[in-house]
Amino acid sequence: MAKDSDYGVNDLGLKIATVNGTGSASANGLLLQALFRMGIPVSGKNVFPSNIQGLPTWYEVRVNKDGYTARSPDFQLVVAMNPESYARDIEEVVSGGWVLYDNTRKLDDEFRRDDVTFLGIPLAGMCVEHFQGSRIRILMKNITYVGALVALLDIDMDVVKGMLQEKFAAKQHLMDANFTAIALGHEYAEEHFDCPLPIRLEAMDQTRDCVMVTGNAAAALGCVYAGATVGAWYPITPATSLMDGFTEYCHRFRVDPDTGKNNFCILQAEDELAAAGMVIGASWMGARAFSPTAGPGISLMSEFIGLAYYAEVPCVFFDIQRTGPSTGMPTRTQQSDLMLCAYASHGDTKHIVLFPADPKECFEFSVQAFDLAERFQTPTFVVSDLDIGMNDWMIPKLEWDDSFKPDRGKVLGADELEKAENFYRYLDLDGDHIPPRSLPGVHPKGAYFTRGSGHDKYGQYTEDSDAYVEVMDRLLAKVKSAADRVPAPEVYRTDGGLGVGIVSIGGCHWAVLEARDTFAAEGVHLDYLRIRGFPFNETVEQFLKDHDTVIVIEQNRDEQLKNLLLLETSCAKEKLQSVRYYGGQPLSKGYVIEGVTPFLTREHEEAKQ
Amino acid sequence: MSYIKKPVARHPKLKVNSLGLTVRDYEGSMSTLCAGCGHDGVTAALIQAFFELEVEPHRLAKLSGIGCSSKTPSYFVSEAHGFNAVHGRMPSVAAGANAAHRDLLYVGISGDGDSLSIGLGQFCHAIRRNVNMLYILENNGVYGLTKGQFSASADIGSTSKGGVVNRQGPIDPVNTALSLGATFVARSFSGDKDQLVPIMKSGLRHNGFAFVDVISPCVTFNDHQGSTKSYAHTRSHMHEVIETDFVPLRSEITTEYSEGSMQSVTMHDGSVVKLHKVAGEYDPTDRRAVLDYLVDVGSRGEIATGLLYLEEAGDDMHGFENTVDEPLVEIPFADLCPGSKALEEVQKEWW
Repeated sequence: MAKDSDYGVNDLGLKIATVNGTGSASANGLLLQALFRMGIPVSGKNVFPSNIQGLPTWYEVRVNKDGYTARSPDFQLVVAMNPESYARDIEEVVSGGWVLYDNTRKLDDEFRRDDVTFLGIPLAGMCVEHFQGSRIRILMKNITYVGALVALLDIDMDVVKGMLQEKFAAKQHLMDANFTAIALGHEYAEEHFDCPLPIRLEAMDQTRDCVMVTGNAAAALGCVYAGATVGAWYPITPATSLMDGFTEYCHRFRVDPDTGKNNFCILQAEDELAAAGMVIGASWMGARAFSPTAGPGISLMSEFIGLAYYAEVPCVFFDIQRTGPSTGMPTRTQQSDLMLCAYASHGDTKHIVLFPADPKECFEFSVQAFDLAERFQTPTFVVSDLDIGMNDWMIPKLEWDDSFKPDRGKVLGADELEKAENFYRYLDLDGDHIPPRSLPGVHPKGAYFTRGSGHDKYGQYTEDSDAYVEVMDRLLAKVKSAADRVPAPEVYRTDGGLGVGIVSIGGCHWAVLEARDTFAAEGVHLDYLRIRGFPFNETVEQFLKDHDTVIVIEQNRDEQLKNLLLLETSCAKEKLQSVRYYGGQPLSKGYVIEGVTPFLTREHEEAKQ
Repeated sequence: MSYIKKPVARHPKLKVNSLGLTVRDYEGSMSTLCAGCGHDGVTAALIQAFFELEVEPHRLAKLSGIGCSSKTPSYFVSEAHGFNAVHGRMPSVAAGANAAHRDLLYVGISGDGDSLSIGLGQFCHAIRRNVNMLYILENNGVYGLTKGQFSASADIGSTSKGGVVNRQGPIDPVNTALSLGATFVARSFSGDKDQLVPIMKSGLRHNGFAFVDVISPCVTFNDHQGSTKSYAHTRSHMHEVIETDFVPLRSEITTEYSEGSMQSVTMHDGSVVKLHKVAGEYDPTDRRAVLDYLVDVGSRGEIATGLLYLEEAGDDMHGFENTVDEPLVEIPFADLCPGSKALEEVQKEWW
C-alpha cells in the first residue's frame, strides 16, 4: 500500500464512473474547467457508450504539473457513481488510492478492498432531501460529487463558483440549485474526511497561453478560416461534432449582415456516398468543399474518391477514426484507417493524408488540407481520431496570420483562357505534373468533360494503352511530389542515441513523448519521429536509414503505419518492430514502455545502469 | 465516343439566335449509340431547346451517371462543362455543384438503371432537396451497356429479347417523383420532338427540380414484340394529356387555345408556360388528382404524356438553405475568413 509521501501535488489520475444521460457530462466539464482555470495542466477523456441513456460511462481526468496530458496511466481516485460498474471501477484504483461512492445504499462487501480508502457520501439521500423533482435530483447528484471533490482535492472554490455564475447567469434557479449542491458535497467531505487528500491540487500558472478545445471544434474552425463554403455530410460518430462546429461558426461568421443570407451551404446528405458526390460537385465548380466522416463513411465514399483522384478534382475529407472493422466500437478510438485513406478506392490510387496529433494541428492541417487539395488537384484527407476529435485538449492558443492567402492552385481565369490557343485539361505544361484546370461558367474555351473513364492527356475518352498509362504515371508523380508539401515529420533526436528510433503518428504522440522521457530519465535515449503527412518525405527515409532498429508505435492491430513505411520507403523489413495498442482507449505511457522495452538490447540495459 | 471527330459544316442560311449561334453550335461530338437509339432523339430535342432558349454554352453544366443514357452529354453543347459521375450518383454531384454555383444552368441525364436501381436513393433525395436542374431520365426498361438485363422500370409481363418474362413490379419514376413532392413532372417520348422541346425549355426555366421521364426505346435489346418500352408499343399506347407551350420572357403569345382548356404558369424568370389540357378535366396543378389519374391510366397499360404536374412557387435548395444570391464560388476569400481578431474572440470561450 502506498504511503502519503508517494503522492505528489498536481499529479493525479481521476476516473468518474456514471450512467450516461444523467447530466454527468456538464458536472465533469465543470471540474475540468476549474482545474484549467487554476493554471494546472489537465486533460479530460470521455469514455462513452453508443447509447443515449442508461449505460455506463466514464470520464477520466489527468492532472499533471509537468504537462503530461496523455491518458492517465493509473487512477488514484475513482468516483464510483454507477453500481452497475462498481466491480471494474473499484478494481481500477491503484493500491493506496481512494474510492468516492454514494453510500445512500450500503456498498456490498464483495466490492470492498483493503488497500484502498472508501469515501462514502450519501449523495442521493442529500439530494432527495434538498431538491424537489426527480430530474433535478439526478442532475444535482453530479454537482454534489464535484463539491466533495473541491474539498478532497483542495480545488479553488472561488473558481468553481465563478464558473457557475457565468454559466447560469440567466437562470437564477439553476444557479441556486448548483450552489446548494456544491456546498452539500463540500461540507459533507470537510466534516467527514481528512481534507484535502494527499493527492491534492495547487494553483499553477501553466495554462495562461492555452485554451481547452476538442479537435473537431478546431478542425471546424479551420474549415471556416480556409474559406470552405460547401460542407456535405452524413451524421456519424465521432465526426458529427465537426459539422456541428462548422455550422455554429458559419452562423456566427458567415451570415451576410445586410441580407441575413448565408455565405455557406451545408448539405446533410442521404448517405456518405452522396456527401462525397456533393463535395466533388462543389469542388468541380471551384468551391472549397469538405466532408467530415469516420471509417465507415470513407468505405462508402471510396468509389467517388477514385473518381476525384482520376479526374483530378480537389476535395477534402476528414476521417475521425473510430474502432473498426465494420460498426466496430463506434465510441472508442483507434488508428485503423491509415491504409484505407492512403489508398482509398479501387484501381491504382494514392492520396495526400495529414495526421494531426492534437486540436492545434486539427486547425492548422484543416487549412493546409484545402491548399494541398487545390494545389495538387486531388482528394486530401485529414485523419484524426475520436480521442483527438471529441475530447477536451489543452493546447497553445491558436494563431492566425491575416496576410494568409489561400493557394488555389493552377486555375485559369477567363482572360488566360481567352488568350490561350487551346486548352487541354490534363496536359502538363511545365513538367510539375500538375496541369492547369478551368472552372465551369468561366469561358467556353475552358469546357471539358470531367470523367472517371479512361482519358488521355487532352481530356478525351480513350481506351488506348499508351495514352492511359501516360496519364496514370503523371498522377503517381504528382501525388509523390506532394511529399515535400505535406506537414514535415517532427523529429526528436538525442545526443548519444542508441541506434534505436521510434516512429509514431497522430494522437499516440503524447504517450510516446511521456514514455520517452521516462526512458531518458533511466538513461535510455531514444530518437523519435512523428509522421504528420503522407506521402512520406526524405526525412522519414533518412530517419529509417539512420537507425538499426525502428519501433513503430500505433493504434491498430495490423501494423498499418509500419506496413505503409515498408511499402513507401526503401526500409528493410527486419529493421522495423511494432508496438500496437488497439483496445479502443487513448494510448497511455504504460503501453509504450511495456511495448518498447523488449526491443531494447543488453546495451540499453547497461546504459540504464 | 467523343474521340470520333464530327465534321463542322453548316448551312449558310441556318437560323441564328441572339447570341449569334446556330443550332449546330449546340451540338457535341458524334453519337456512338446504336443507330435508331431513342437517346439520340432526346439529345436532338435538347439541342433545339438550348438553341431556342439562347443558352450561353459555357453557362451550362451537363451531368450524367453511368450507362448508355449517361454517354449522351458528350453529344450536345461541347462548349459546356460536363461531368460523368459514378453510377447512379449524378444527383449528388449536381446538388454540390449547384450549391457552389447557383448561376449556372444544370442539366442531368440519367437512365432507368442509373436512377431507379443503383441511384434510386439519390434520385429521391434530389427531388426532396429540390435541386434546381433539368433532370432527364431516358427510360428504356433495360440495361443496354451490359446487354439487356431488365431494369427496375420494366413492366410486369414485359419480355426480354431472349423471351424471359419480367414478374417484378416496376418503379414508376413519374409516380415516385410526384409522391415525393417534385415540383415539375413530365413524361414524354423520344420520338416526339415537338412535345419534348417545350417541356425541356419549361424545365430549364423551372426554379427547382424539373423531372422529365422520356420513354426512349432501346433498339438493340428492348424493341421487340412483348416489350412495353418499344417504339411500336409506346406509339400505340401513349396519349398526350397536356400540350405545353413555352413563352419566353418578353415574347408575344401566339398559340390560340379555347377558353377554359388552358392554364398559364409564370416561371421564376418571368417566362410563361401554357398548359393546354387535351384530356378534359385534367388539372396539372393538383398533385393528388394527377397521381390518381396516372394510376388509373397506368392500370390500363396506357402512357399519359405531357407536362403532367407543375408547381412554381416553392423554394429550391438555395431557398431551403438560405444561401446568398451570389454564387458561393464568387465570394472573395476576404469575406469568408473571419481573421485573427475573431479567432481571439472565439478562443475566449475555450476557457
